[in-house]
Amino acid sequence: MIGRRGIEVSLAIAEAAKLCRVEVISAYPITPQTHIVEHLSELVADGDLEASYITVESEHSALSACVGAAATGARTFTSSSSQGLELMHEILFVASGMRLPIVMAAANRALSAPLNIWNDHSDVMAARDTGWIMLFCTNGQEALDSIIIAYKIAEDRRVLMPVMVNIDGFTLTHVVEPVEFPAQETVDAFLPPYSPAYTLHPDKPVTMGAYGIPEIYTECKFAQETAMNNSKEVVIEVLDAFGKQFGRPYKVAETYQLEDADVVFIALGAMNENIMTAIDEMRTEEKKAGLVNLRLYRPFPGEELLALLKGKKRIAVVERVMPGGALNSPLFNEITSLAYRSGLTALIKNYVIALGGRDALQSDFRHIFDDMQQASAKDTRIKKGLNFAMIGVRA
Amino acid sequence: MTTLLPNVRTFAANVIPKEEFAVPGHRACTGCAEILAVRLALKGFGRDTIISMATGCMEIVSSPLPTTDWTLPWIHVAFENCAAVASGVESALKILRKKGKIPDKDVHVVAIAGDGGTMDIGLQSLSGALERYHKFTYICLDNEAYMNTGIQRSSGTPFGAMTTTSPPGKNSIGQSTWKKDMPKIAVAHNIPYVATACPSYPFDFLEKIRKAKMVDGPSYIHVLSVCPTGWRTPTDLSIRYGRLAVQTGVFPLYEVEDGKYRLTYNAEPLRPITEYLKGQGRFRHLTPDSIATIQKRITTDWEALKALSDSSAKAI
Repeated sequence: MIGRRGIEVSLAIAEAAKLCRVEVISAYPITPQTHIVEHLSELVADGDLEASYITVESEHSALSACVGAAATGARTFTSSSSQGLELMHEILFVASGMRLPIVMAAANRALSAPLNIWNDHSDVMAARDTGWIMLFCTNGQEALDSIIIAYKIAEDRRVLMPVMVNIDGFTLTHVVEPVEFPAQETVDAFLPPYSPAYTLHPDKPVTMGAYGIPEIYTECKFAQETAMNNSKEVVIEVLDAFGKQFGRPYKVAETYQLEDADVVFIALGAMNENIMTAIDEMRTEEKKAGLVNLRLYRPFPGEELLALLKGKKRIAVVERVMPGGALNSPLFNEITSLAYRSGLTALIKNYVIALGGRDALQSDFRHIFDDMQQASAKDTRIKKGLNFAMIGVRA
Repeated sequence: MTTLLPNVRTFAANVIPKEEFAVPGHRACTGCAEILAVRLALKGFGRDTIISMATGCMEIVSSPLPTTDWTLPWIHVAFENCAAVASGVESALKILRKKGKIPDKDVHVVAIAGDGGTMDIGLQSLSGALERYHKFTYICLDNEAYMNTGIQRSSGTPFGAMTTTSPPGKNSIGQSTWKKDMPKIAVAHNIPYVATACPSYPFDFLEKIRKAKMVDGPSYIHVLSVCPTGWRTPTDLSIRYGRLAVQTGVFPLYEVEDGKYRLTYNAEPLRPITEYLKGQGRFRHLTPDSIATIQKRITTDWEALKALSDSSAKAI
């Protein structure tokens, strides 16, 4: 499969894992991730991909098996979503703490209750501080490319951290998109075989996953945090290298019509494409809207974002997750923290939209634009009641 | 196979490997029979082994960073998933060997967990790994309660026993339920080898390890591990209490090869249960009535097991 073709994004993700020559796949089915793992099963069954596929009995075991396989020296892949990602939660920390370069495609979906199989970012946001590098995808091409990029980042000896590639459930996983497939040789040249420094093997026994007493735990976690922080440079380096080799350059944050924007939208994932369409429409009416599409969420690219937002007057942080009792939703808190500490004087407002598969409409973004234009400093102060604007909720 | 000559033992004191894979320096309690079981088991498995260990006593006493008790490759991930981790290790070994990325030799994968990590929180991951038929051995080190966290009851705690969450009192006999029959659950997965063992019978134990390693598929060994700290027994009597558990029929030694049961130690005539309960602080509150209840249950279970073993023998 080389060249440009129309394909369901889930299948493109599975094909990307194949292009990366993954050796152990361990996954448990959950909507809307299923097409990814089904296609991988087919690839293994047909002999197109030489890998062990472990059909585990739960997501907890899916990630646990990945940890075991990665520790043994195999390139491992898993995929999950929503409740499954939450069931993995405990092991997310172990995978990152043990510095194992596992790659996961997360088909983002809402969390119960009430049960909802449709798209939002509740699942990934509940896992955002687990020590995984987090990439978000806007379209099918990015999804395929991000899997390849993810392994390159994860396995870099300066990084050695798991990477979660976030793909919006249904709205991205289940759509057919034009995707450019690289040749196997191109991927092989970019991504050499995984060669870990330490593996589980009797010829050179090592102890992995020992426990940390108070005298050593702090140093372990500080080393991990430092590595996470330093990994940003590697991410940028890998994105550049990918651009050179594959002709599709990526940045940690992409922009659209940003330069003269009066109102800047910031969002994660596939919704950015809707926002771009809305911006096109608004621009015909002299409404100067712009966009920052955050592709790298962990480690948080503070400096890069700051450079993009400098001098901007109005910023709308649009998120697909409830704050859950916090003053605001997660990305807003990080953007305002950035602003506070760097003298950014923009008006920043928090919008929560499109939960559990509800559509984010063009009219919603126009509404946000108008609301932002009318906003004054008074509107952004902490007030009694909800400190975010809920878009598209029935009274 | 040795089934043809059931009385011939491969292991004797002078042929047990001298090499140690769990070395001195660990922090196990005085009189711990569990670390003894680990030491013996690893001698049986030998050098080409990878261990996936659950959180618990053995993990805690053996691996405080930056020190380690293990001279074998060893991984600990969490409490409930050592079987799933072992699945990953085994699958990775298989594919890496096929691709020529690691030396072309057999490496046996062993998952080790306690009774809580096996029968309670780890049951699902164990069941999954047995059903998927990974070639690995699972060892349950059963000391009959959550000893690592301070002697709380598990589904492996015997009826009547006092633990910190099954205290006897005006309205409580202590543990109010009967011990979960975990080996039977393992047998129900139709795996080639299941056995019970106890470090008080080291040669029987080592023989079972040898068989478990040889079978082409998953194997399960359930090991009774006397815990002086949790059982409130003198630290110098751990081996004796293990023997009493076997000789009273509380913990029969048997194996199940391809579904066929065989007692590997004939405990008849069973010694009275009082000999086993006596001296164990965890049972000291028991009344003659409740002891009689336990005796009745033990006898019934023994007879049932013997019948299974007899019918299996006839089938052969």
